[in-house]
Amino acid sequence: MTALLADIPLEPAGVPRGRAMVERAQWASLAFATYDIETVRRIAQAAAEAGERVAAELGIAAVEETGFGVAEHKKLKNVACSVGIWNTYRDHDYVSPVLHPDRGIVEVPRPAGVVIALTPSTNPVATVFFKIMLALLTRNAIIICPHPFAKRVCTEAAHAMAEAAVAAGAPDGCIQVVEEPSIPLVNALMTDARVDVIVATGGTAMVRAAYRSGNPAIGVGPGNVPVMVDATADIAAAAHRIVASKAFDNSILCTNESVLIVEEKAAAGLEAALRREGAYVLAGEEIDAVKGVMFDGTSFDTAWVGKSAKQIAEAAGIKVPANTRILVAPFPLVVPEEMLAHEKLCPVLGMVVVPSAARGIDAARAVLRISGAGHSAAIHSEDAVTIMAFASAVPVLRVAVNVGNSLGSAGIETHLAPTMTIGTGFFGRSSVGENLEPKHLINMTRIAYPSHGSSAMPDFSALQPWHEPAGAVPPYPIASNMEGAPSLVRADDPQDELRDEIRRMVVEELREILRG
Amino acid sequence: MGIDLVRFFGMLVHVTDTDSADYDYGVFSFASKAEVLDKAKEYWNPGKTQFWIDSGVPLVIDRREEYYLWDMSGKRLIDLHLNGGTYNLGHRNPEVVQALTVAMQHFDMGNHHFPALARTALAEALVTSAPAGLSKVIYGSGGGEAIDIALKTARHATQKRKIVSIAKAYHGHTGLAVGTGDDRFSKLFLADQPEEFPHVPFNDLNAMEEALRGRDVAAVIMETIPATYGFPLPDPGYLHAVKKLCQEFDALYIADEVQTGLMRTGELWGIAKEGIQPDILVTGKGISGGMYPIACVLVRDEHAGWLTEDGFGHISTFGGAELGCIAAIKALEICSRPETRSMVHYIADRVGTGLRAIQAEYPDWFVGIRQNGVILGLEFHHPQGAKYVMRQLYENGVWAIFSTLDPRVLQFKPGILLKPEVVDEVLDRTEVAIGRAYREAMGGRS
Repeated sequence: MTALLADIPLEPAGVPRGRAMVERAQWASLAFATYDIETVRRIAQAAAEAGERVAAELGIAAVEETGFGVAEHKKLKNVACSVGIWNTYRDHDYVSPVLHPDRGIVEVPRPAGVVIALTPSTNPVATVFFKIMLALLTRNAIIICPHPFAKRVCTEAAHAMAEAAVAAGAPDGCIQVVEEPSIPLVNALMTDARVDVIVATGGTAMVRAAYRSGNPAIGVGPGNVPVMVDATADIAAAAHRIVASKAFDNSILCTNESVLIVEEKAAAGLEAALRREGAYVLAGEEIDAVKGVMFDGTSFDTAWVGKSAKQIAEAAGIKVPANTRILVAPFPLVVPEEMLAHEKLCPVLGMVVVPSAARGIDAARAVLRISGAGHSAAIHSEDAVTIMAFASAVPVLRVAVNVGNSLGSAGIETHLAPTMTIGTGFFGRSSVGENLEPKHLINMTRIAYPSHGSSAMPDFSALQPWHEPAGAVPPYPIASNMEGAPSLVRADDPQDELRDEIRRMVVEELREILRG
Repeated sequence: MGIDLVRFFGMLVHVTDTDSADYDYGVFSFASKAEVLDKAKEYWNPGKTQFWIDSGVPLVIDRREEYYLWDMSGKRLIDLHLNGGTYNLGHRNPEVVQALTVAMQHFDMGNHHFPALARTALAEALVTSAPAGLSKVIYGSGGGEAIDIALKTARHATQKRKIVSIAKAYHGHTGLAVGTGDDRFSKLFLADQPEEFPHVPFNDLNAMEEALRGRDVAAVIMETIPATYGFPLPDPGYLHAVKKLCQEFDALYIADEVQTGLMRTGELWGIAKEGIQPDILVTGKGISGGMYPIACVLVRDEHAGWLTEDGFGHISTFGGAELGCIAAIKALEICSRPETRSMVHYIADRVGTGLRAIQAEYPDWFVGIRQNGVILGLEFHHPQGAKYVMRQLYENGVWAIFSTLDPRVLQFKPGILLKPEVVDEVLDRTEVAIGRAYREAMGGRS
């Protein structure tokens, strides 16, 4: 049909459907915003457990659909982003009013409303679970807009949680997913004035588009993680952590280490330790061969995202030991034209040797000049002075110390908020500088009493503005004269004399009107 | 608001604009609203024009968009009349407009003699969406013609003439359809045929059985919820019992779904929500999104014999016009979306809850709410109660119409795509209007 009627381009069919989803989400969010904390917890737990049940199966499906990563590691992330998130926040309350009698202030949590969640192909199911959990904990309606490479598995993931949530009492339509994503559809969703916030995890272009949309947006920038090992570090432990982190899900988390910066005094020992952990340190022509495979001219070839070290070595014609988990590529200087200093979402780790910790900090800054500002960095050191110097000089908003950065900065192995969305703050042109967590999806209405004490704040502790829904939301629209229909005032009984009298009057007056 | 006020508004517009034609619509223009009203009486329909002026609703619809109408004066109204569901999807629904605009680069009405692209495509879409068993589609240019087709089909299939309908029913004003409705409209044109068109009271099974017992009835025709009668709801089990009586006495059951179809009850077809498989289903009004007239009759193969015996048996040049079919394919698709169904349930709940809250304020005046989805009849404790409320709603920016055949009852018909904030606005305006109408009806204007 489009071929025959090519003169006026039809809007792609998915676009109007997408707008209908926003409208439905708006209704759902209005209902959800009145729920009480007990019901919210019941819903969040049900969704989390549903996510856990399919964590392994969707881990496998994600690798099959995208070709990225390691199914077993994806399962770990899927569990972390379903029941893991639930366990982290089960005792938090983003629903009930918070009283501050000493300050004469009461905070009433108000959800954003309709959340558009852009999710990446690299961490598809985990990010879907993560954002849904955040939305449920804060009573927001969410529309998942997955990367096209991962649309099937993301749809399944969203449906699994949606069904469980609605069965536990969540409003119909509070979790929706775009099954056939397209650029026009994503644009239509992001620019729709009914959207309350966009949470964008993905490529820079997508994130910038979210900020340009005219809607409030929480976008995150790309990473390019420097990891410094100074002379005070426990070298064996550092090597162990770095290799494990770099190998995790084949480096697909944006928090994976990109450039290893090692102080000269520790370099030889670290290299040996890395080899013991399964790193293959490239040398001579091997380095150029790997660069030739990984980089397509001036950018990272996304065909290698989440591929294994052995696959990359093989493509470069390099024989590596069977137990090789990562490739280490030494290079002399962190400069923009050095491709190994750029972000690499695959288990190839750049390495530079620096004469001192101070020069290492300079190198880390240079890494972040290329990309990744505001994101994360890691340091392996026992020296608080160096760690403070590093953290205060390098433009990142989290520095993971003596832990693998993949799970360290993501909050899985540190006390940072566990997240699939790293706020890159002002350094990284984002509105949020923390790991994304539930509190970012609510605002507070603040009841404020005068500070000079002329009007004392009464006791609000017994007041609960929210309630448990009476049944399914929305209720099925049964006819008002059927059993079970809500009624306040019963319509008059048909046998009622008055009614008969009225009917007679009606007939008379009708006659008058019609004829007169 | 009387005619003088209308003239006053017309003058206001006139003096603030220097062009001689203040209302220029391209192919025609008027100087003022008063001129339109005068000429409407002179050249068009004096009775109707005067009726609305006298009713305090001197509306001449100008701009239209979403669920909003603008009178020529610039006054905005939220449309809860929807012209009987014609604007179920809002006015000039952008998706329907786009589908039609694109189609007009290629299609026109088509030639009714031939098999046609859009007619075939719509027929398939309708059959796929319809209650089980309905398998053929016949087209008319409007609801009345579609009812005539349904009645003719029933007569052909049963070789019987009588058609039983509900007293005070409305199924259109064409040749046969007019016989199923109130005498007012048939006697006026000497078209009443009581012997062939017996009427029985609604919700009266004994009367229905009495009418069918002679086995000389071709069909019973019913709106699933009678609109012009103020949407009295069928008693629980009533429609099922009528369907059973039809089977027992060899009459067909024709479901007039013009106002109850297209998701208005929260399911695509009201009769399917009742769990009934009708022998014939008629849809019109909203089916083509208010953009191009078309109406459709869905029948079972076993009753569609005339389509084979003489495919030219019912000829209608405009029936099934292809542009209408294209609008209808799009409208049906929008109505059928899971998102739309969900929204209708939300709208029905919010409207119902809001109206019950208003009812609690005026229990002696606002005495009943008949609701099935977004089909509502609001009952007032005064023989002309709905006219008071209609007038006050109009003053307050809402257009909803009283029930012609029971003016105690206001037809209150939110669109199926109504936004939450508009629902809230409607409820705010309705609360005020109902209060004012109460004071007005009880004596002394508010």
